[in-house]
Amino acid sequence: MGGILVIAEHRKGDLLDVTWEILNKAAVVSESTGQRVTAVLAGFNVRAMAEKLAGRAHKVVVVDNPELANYNYEVYRDVLTGIIKNLRPVLILIGHTTTGMDLAPALAAHLNIPLATACIDFSIEDGKLTAIRQMYNGKVNARVCFSSSDCYMVTLRPGSFSVETENAWGGEIQSISLEVEKPSGIKFIRSVEAALGEVDITQADILVSVGQGIGDKKNLQLVEELAALLGGTLSCSRPVVDKKWLPKERQVGSSGKTVKPKVYLAIGISGSFQHLMGLKGGTIIAINKDPRAPIFRVADYGIVGDLFQVVPVLKEKIKSLK
Amino acid sequence: MDIIVFVKRVPDTSEADINISPDGLHIIEKDLVFDINESDKYAVEEAVQIKEKLGGSVTAITLGTDSSEDVLRRCLATGVDQAIRLTDEAFRDSDACGTARVLAAAVKDLKYDLILTGVQANDDLQSQVGPVLAEYLGLLHVTVVNKLEIDGKIARVHRELEGGVEDVLEVRLPAVLTIQTGINEPRYVSIMGIRKASRLEIKVRNAADLSLSPDGVGQKASQVKIEKLFIPVSNKATEILTGSLDEMTQKLAGIIKEKGGIS
Repeated sequence: MGGILVIAEHRKGDLLDVTWEILNKAAVVSESTGQRVTAVLAGFNVRAMAEKLAGRAHKVVVVDNPELANYNYEVYRDVLTGIIKNLRPVLILIGHTTTGMDLAPALAAHLNIPLATACIDFSIEDGKLTAIRQMYNGKVNARVCFSSSDCYMVTLRPGSFSVETENAWGGEIQSISLEVEKPSGIKFIRSVEAALGEVDITQADILVSVGQGIGDKKNLQLVEELAALLGGTLSCSRPVVDKKWLPKERQVGSSGKTVKPKVYLAIGISGSFQHLMGLKGGTIIAINKDPRAPIFRVADYGIVGDLFQVVPVLKEKIKSLK
Repeated sequence: MDIIVFVKRVPDTSEADINISPDGLHIIEKDLVFDINESDKYAVEEAVQIKEKLGGSVTAITLGTDSSEDVLRRCLATGVDQAIRLTDEAFRDSDACGTARVLAAAVKDLKYDLILTGVQANDDLQSQVGPVLAEYLGLLHVTVVNKLEIDGKIARVHRELEGGVEDVLEVRLPAVLTIQTGINEPRYVSIMGIRKASRLEIKVRNAADLSLSPDGVGQKASQVKIEKLFIPVSNKATEILTGSLDEMTQKLAGIIKEKGGIS
């Protein structure tokens, strides 16, 4: 009874980084509280992943069943409800991924467990759980507490903790066979991958990336010219795609592409969590009129100013350096 | 097809300067511009498009003070047939479950085949109310929907995952779907349209109307409470360039060249 339950997430036979990140954090909390860490792995043909998880948890509970081959809320709810009622953990951790967002709120309500979502950290001190969560486009953080309960649930943003660890616990693997009922209301049909576009922004050394601040499709010309001048590629954040100003293939972020250019020039991009998830390495330069835009918290260099004033002058300066 | 769509009035904080109130629990709303939550706007458009194609009705519901009526007027101007505002001092500072309890009570006596709302509210970023509402109503949910087709008693949806992957699912109706931005192109709503909608009735319902016990809602019933808000600080040493526009851009061009950005 008790302990910390980490719900492992995987796609195409690989565990997601967020699972390793959460296990790292769980290990730290385990050390200070004495709570044991159990990873739950639900899926089909997942033995190899279970063995990997065993190095990072005291115990791995595996449910291997064809009905679990693809995520389906109905099936996962029933399976996890059974496991949670059986193990009675004090804390359940899930990634704040699209799966975590779909699963955690309804599951927590189903089991009447207090839940905080979109958290970037949590701690247990003197038996009291507090979590830090993001609000208002990531411009404000909230420290939240929970009313007294036997069990709590927290979803954690990907990238909140390190993936790397030196732990090698060699936990026990416990396979449980459960009657898994066929879902009656939700039917998985298939997964579709994003169509290959004309432009592959993941291969670009220089990305000139534009966000909502550009205001209108007709203003794109300004940044297109800058990209051309730099021999770079034009990319963008989600709002620009939502408004159909640029095609999806140009989108940097968790629902778009993950990029690793040498230079990333973020113009009029506020830097939502989802956008920053797609940005791995390189020199990040931000131009934004809001000094508190989250993009400045990750940028190496920044200009606080109106892009419509800054970019035209910048273009002239670049021409003169060529 | 009778559709209920839940909407929320939120502040636009994308470029605004945010300050925290002295009690540390709220942001200062004065000087902020409020509008319909972004993904809710797409949910309303989707509902109206389905109605235009298949017939039926769309009811927009919000929980909020009378300042939220603007958002409902916008919905009416978009083609929503009926608008309801849920308000009561007892609802104040509800957590996601408390909010979902109010919404569940509000739809109890309404006829519906489908419930839509946005993926998340841009103020509290919880992404909880839609799926929790489904659970309270005994319905199924699908979140992050970026394509939706109704086929009789089934909704065929695309659920957006990370990295451009989508799951194609079929869900039995009625169900709760949370709608992602970009699923459609929300129509332009003119000032005239909103003015015309201002003559339409907005129904107002309080806790007593909904037969809601104050014990299950509001701050007292919240299982998750904000202790303190704070502005996050960066742990990265960002060099903010200073000087005149000419100086800043000169420096920036030099940095871009040094980092390999100018060949």
